[in-house]
Amino acid sequence: MAAAVPGASRARAAAALLLLLGCCGAALPGGLQDQAEQFFRSGHTNNWAVLVCTSRFWFNYRHVANTLSVYRSVKRLGIPDSHIVLMLADDMACNPRNPKPATVFSHKNMELNVYGDDVEVDYRSYEVTVENFLRVLTGRIPPSTPRSKRLLSDDRSNILIYMTGHGGNGFLKFQDSEEITNVELADAFEQMWQKRRYNELLFIIDTCQGASMYERFYSPNIMALASSQVGEDSLSHQPDLGIGVHLMDRYTFYVLEFLEEIHPASQTNMNDLFQVCPKSLCVSTPGHRTDLFRREPRNVLITDFFGSVRKVEITTETLSLRRDVAALQSE
Amino acid sequence: QVQLVVPMAVVFGPGAVPGDLPRPLPFRDVQEMEISVNLRTSVTARYEMRYRSTTAQEEAALAAGTAREADAALYPLQDTTLGSLTIYVVPETSSLLPQGINVYVGTHRSALVRAGGSLAALQARLREVTQVMSFTASSIAAALSDRVPDGQLSPDARRNLKSSLGYEITFSLLNPDPKSHTVDWDIEGAVNRYVKPVLDKLSLVANFSVDSQILYYAVLGVTPRYDKESSSFLLSAHSLPHVINPVEARLGSSAASLYPVLNFLLYVPERSHSPLYIQDKDGAPVSTNAFHSPRWGGIMVYNVEAPASPQASLPLHVDVDMARVMEVFLAQLRLLFGLSREEVPPEFLLESPGNEGLADWELDHLLWAHTVENIATVSTTLTSLAQLLDKIGNIVIKDDVASEVYRAVASVQSAVTELSLGHLHAAFQASKEAVTSSERAFFDPSLLHLLYFPDDQKFAIYIPLFLPMAVPILLSLAKIVRETRLRKKEPTKMD
Repeated sequence: MAAAVPGASRARAAAALLLLLGCCGAALPGGLQDQAEQFFRSGHTNNWAVLVCTSRFWFNYRHVANTLSVYRSVKRLGIPDSHIVLMLADDMACNPRNPKPATVFSHKNMELNVYGDDVEVDYRSYEVTVENFLRVLTGRIPPSTPRSKRLLSDDRSNILIYMTGHGGNGFLKFQDSEEITNVELADAFEQMWQKRRYNELLFIIDTCQGASMYERFYSPNIMALASSQVGEDSLSHQPDLGIGVHLMDRYTFYVLEFLEEIHPASQTNMNDLFQVCPKSLCVSTPGHRTDLFRREPRNVLITDFFGSVRKVEITTETLSLRRDVAALQSE
Repeated sequence: QVQLVVPMAVVFGPGAVPGDLPRPLPFRDVQEMEISVNLRTSVTARYEMRYRSTTAQEEAALAAGTAREADAALYPLQDTTLGSLTIYVVPETSSLLPQGINVYVGTHRSALVRAGGSLAALQARLREVTQVMSFTASSIAAALSDRVPDGQLSPDARRNLKSSLGYEITFSLLNPDPKSHTVDWDIEGAVNRYVKPVLDKLSLVANFSVDSQILYYAVLGVTPRYDKESSSFLLSAHSLPHVINPVEARLGSSAASLYPVLNFLLYVPERSHSPLYIQDKDGAPVSTNAFHSPRWGGIMVYNVEAPASPQASLPLHVDVDMARVMEVFLAQLRLLFGLSREEVPPEFLLESPGNEGLADWELDHLLWAHTVENIATVSTTLTSLAQLLDKIGNIVIKDDVASEVYRAVASVQSAVTELSLGHLHAAFQASKEAVTSSERAFFDPSLLHLLYFPDDQKFAIYIPLFLPMAVPILLSLAKIVRETRLRKKEPTKMD
């Protein structure tokens, strides 16, 4: 039964994709004006992503695959590595128990290697701690940290934060040795807001009882999605008999199928993301929180957070320079 | 709370004195304008005007043939401190200003204004001049953009580069087709000749560092459309936002510095996609063939002419005309900083700044906006730091964090004082120091508070420890109390 479900959903996804392309083609001329207005409504000029996998050990393969799949989608839609902070235990690809070394698969039958050869992990193995995560978010980083390990966002940045792992009611377990509570997370976001380190923030969490993690947020402009409500467990999707572990979690699997249909010029909005993974497919009830967000979810484009579509202006002015200037000596 | 003082000198040339002056020259006058940002924050602009008549030297300078010559002759006679303005009023019928032009703004801090008949008309014109040459309500509001209530400022207004202590500028040459084009660009010479003068002028505002690189096989993210009528390839305006992303991943940045990076890309299209033109929203080709993105940088497309004979040997050697390229890049740099000349009233004539890139009053524009922004940032940072330390009582404040906070407070107070005295340069330097100190204090790594104990966790830890110990203690205390009470009762019974 587990094998039949993804096949049927993939056919449905293909049909939906064709329909979407047809609609896009028809709506393009009228959509240009709307697209221009949409741009100027979000007000952001750059995008960042912080992707955190909080588990280690071979049997938590699916959490690493979750995070790497989101990483690939975000890169495909345009956010460059310099704007992604990826925190992974990174002990899957080269694990002695991995029958296919240097790969991490997200689909059964080893269809898609999400590890690839251009993955750039910023915090790996024992560096993925609650302290480092909070330091990245609040910016209180020791001065010797290189640029790639910092979140250099400003007041016009939209940030996507994705966390996955094992969690409970009000906490998230980090690497089997410590935990982060929802109050600490809410305080970290408030510190970010005080220093205007984000314009808008999208928080996605795929753990058991994930909705408890966003209950305590109190800073403005945050939208949160979780894979399950308090008291519910998030379930994994499909095991692969060749590798011997579950490859992905259900919620992230369906979110990724949804994201595969998004391209940088998509006009799909957040309301569609809220519909992803109904209870029939996910077994748990995904939740979301939008009361802190300034705009309506239907005006928020998926690419506002997952992609990096920049506002551009045509340059109409030039300077007039005299050609006969002698070169200044450089020091 | 914050008062921006602009010292102005209004000098009346011969025959330009209006009839209805309230007092004989010279005299002083003050005009105030309130810029209210939100319910609690407002900035007062105070224009301190000194009206006087011209000296003999100034009269001689004003007798020059054109406005530009007059301005050049007047320059050594003016007060040129940062932030100040000198306005020379010429008679209404003067031929110094061309027909239809009422105001001429030079490249320093002076302007020539045509008299308007009455003092009121002149003052209206003076107000327009100060709006152009120092700051407007909207430029101050944009600098304080995080305090403006949502919805009042259009999102466009918040797109200038934020005030920072330094900026990194990277010039990149993108050659997607090295088999067809060997591109030579003398970037070092161009930087020394054209870019350095502009950056030297801007060095007051921030530190600049310049890098350059050449990227091969870097393609734009969009396939251009072939247009039969002009037999050229076109990039339409709505596909431009998607151009940057595939390239950005390869641009790289210096690992050591944390300053914002401005990227200027020069793209030489492939032989198969030449010539390539950018179309604006109305479908007309753009004369500069360039576009820019706020807070990121700019891209210019450099078309290579087709070889004279189709059998010319590939690769073609291309020598890039750096002057033409730098004209566009430096204009984009100005636009990224917010120095645009588009919103000037039609009767104004602005002198082009030439190789210096920007006029002195445009530098003042930047300094006003950045000083106000710095002061606002420092006060927000220190307030939120204080709130954080109030909320979490057991964070240890190190001595150097404390001294940074004191220094930040002292600097910001001195910045506000200097602004109210009209010393823009000193105010800007003080505000820069204040920002450095407050950022160092706020982002000190030692201020991370990690231990959050919810009440139920505290109960869960302490109850199993103390409850088993407490039960026998309480019971024996009760027993002692009972025995003392019994002993007290016995003497009365034994009688």
